[in-house]
Amino acid sequence: MSRTATTEPPKFRQTLEDANLQLAVYTATGRLMEKRREAVAADVLPEYQELRTQAHEIKKHTLDNLDYYLELFEERVKAHGGKVVYCKDGSEVADFVLRLAKERGARLIVKSKSMTTEEIDLNERLAHHQLESVETDLGEYILQLAHQRPYHIVAPALHLTRYDVANIFTEKLGVENETVIEKQTMIARGVLRQKFLQADIGISGANFLVADSGAVVIVENEGNARLTTSAPRIHIAVAGMEKMIARAQDLPVFLKLLGRSATGQPLTVYTSFLSGPRREGEVDGPEEFYVVLLDNGRTRLLADREKRQSLYCIRCGACLNHCPVYRKVGGHNYPWVYSGPIGAVITPQYMGVGKDPWLPFASSLCGACYEVCPVKINIPKLLLDLRSEVTKLKAKERAGWAERTAFRLWAWVMRHPRIYELMGSMTAAFFPEGETPGWLRSVPPFMNIGPLKKWLSQRDLPRPASKSFRQHWRSRRKGVR
Amino acid sequence: MPREKILHKVRTALGRSSGQLPATPPPVRLRIPEVPLDARIESFTCALNKLNGKTCVAHSPQEALDYAAQLCEGKRVVASNSPVLRECGITGLPNVRSNYTDAEKLREACAAADVGITSADYALGDTGSLVMIASPREARLISLLPPVHLAIVPRSRILTGLDELFTLLPNPAEQTSSMVLITGPSRTADIEQILVRGVHGPREIHVVVL
Repeated sequence: MSRTATTEPPKFRQTLEDANLQLAVYTATGRLMEKRREAVAADVLPEYQELRTQAHEIKKHTLDNLDYYLELFEERVKAHGGKVVYCKDGSEVADFVLRLAKERGARLIVKSKSMTTEEIDLNERLAHHQLESVETDLGEYILQLAHQRPYHIVAPALHLTRYDVANIFTEKLGVENETVIEKQTMIARGVLRQKFLQADIGISGANFLVADSGAVVIVENEGNARLTTSAPRIHIAVAGMEKMIARAQDLPVFLKLLGRSATGQPLTVYTSFLSGPRREGEVDGPEEFYVVLLDNGRTRLLADREKRQSLYCIRCGACLNHCPVYRKVGGHNYPWVYSGPIGAVITPQYMGVGKDPWLPFASSLCGACYEVCPVKINIPKLLLDLRSEVTKLKAKERAGWAERTAFRLWAWVMRHPRIYELMGSMTAAFFPEGETPGWLRSVPPFMNIGPLKKWLSQRDLPRPASKSFRQHWRSRRKGVR
Repeated sequence: MPREKILHKVRTALGRSSGQLPATPPPVRLRIPEVPLDARIESFTCALNKLNGKTCVAHSPQEALDYAAQLCEGKRVVASNSPVLRECGITGLPNVRSNYTDAEKLREACAAADVGITSADYALGDTGSLVMIASPREARLISLLPPVHLAIVPRSRILTGLDELFTLLPNPAEQTSSMVLITGPSRTADIEQILVRGVHGPREIHVVVL
């Protein structure tokens, strides 16, 4: 299974000493915090807490019965002329896209923003087979040109300034140095508009999968996801299967929470509810429609009843903006594409707690993430659970070390019979006869340490025999002779 | 087959068996406030203006036509096949192309157009959103490719909000392959959080409430 993590070690000190970066991250997250606070204030959205509870309940219900809703979703997509493809991991997704592209003679792919495809390095996998796949979200496009991964779930290029962007555009697009943000945006629009009109396949993510409709729901502000899903002949949506919700009528609850929590918008500019290819009579839209349902470790998370709630996440990024740790160390010091508190919760579960054991500890447990989570994921509690798992694992590893050493020592003694005998007679010497016959109630203090102490606290030790087996053996042989 | 394997893994993880029905889902939460039409129109225009959308409340089809004619003067314009536009006389304007049924031709026209004119199936009062349902009357690209989007919306179509929309359409997939809510002009804040409009979709959005 290929779940790639960054190969670069975290550079905390470098991040903390970079004053410009600190200011950029602090300002950007601060602004997002403020916008969210205004958008969920009691006078604007009195039902905010009720919506959170409802969202949590719907996610819980859907994931507790996920197999049922997966099959329902699949049936509805089929009924509308689309196709559902299950994939175990990133290489299966890439294989599917490559095969389809080959069969249809597709040469160019446009992509809209999707953390799930970041998770499986889809662009790199496709590029490896000479299939060009262009990111079309402005932030993601800049990052693709610069070969960087997203800094933030919602604002991927949050760490870059207009001057960084100017340099990237000059270097990669060969345009003149341009530092006016409006003009930079128009440069990207121009380049990407051509890509949209030429592309054969559009790959999107999904914010929600709606089981009773067989629909993929995508929210965005730029219009690039609409173009990705409308202009090319083929639309492929790649989604983690935990994106499921039971009914279309549950959507308002989530839509009201998502935009507000992410950027303080009551609704993002575009919300697309897509169910299948273009239908009879419809003028435009894709002729083929595929939904790729990705596992990539999700079934493992599902199995843990308590930690299952980390799959409720709707990727709004609010926990990142409110996290005192994220705001200092930024997004690139986390070991995987998912950063911030939610990253600290899901990364160890996907990668194994032993991979980056420090991660669940990189939190002050202040609880801000839980307070702002639109689906009420109890992140601090999950971090504590993960800490406990890390600690247990470490204890086990330590025990393993002690055990290995003890047995190595034992093996050496066993290969040296004279030393073995010497040690045996020494042991006997420490336990003079007398006391309780047959059993030792206490041992000398130098032996009463570490694991032996624990072991002895519940048990008595049998008294060593007055003569060892070897001594008996020798005297017998002498006797026989 | 990955499908069976993955479904099996999901069932094992959840302790469920194949074909088992789900527990009762939480009740649907949809609440529709009572808001009179005038207040809905007021709220819609207010919300859209705040997003830098332009609005006009027309009291006759002629007023709507005048607005459209003024906006489209000297421009290349593509209009959808919505009967509302025909009734207003918009499709009769000299520089307006309409009646596209071929996807390729429509796409070319939209890519070259300065203005796209559509109707909207519904509008949402509380957020200032247009609800675009793909159909033979409404194509997707007209509200997307041209840099300016004008929508003519009958006032009776203005709902209170999302809850009312999903009460009227409990399952939008039954009638369309694509329902899109448009809330203001296309925008981005990906560079230094500075707001820029018109990044991929239209930079201007005009709505005439009829």
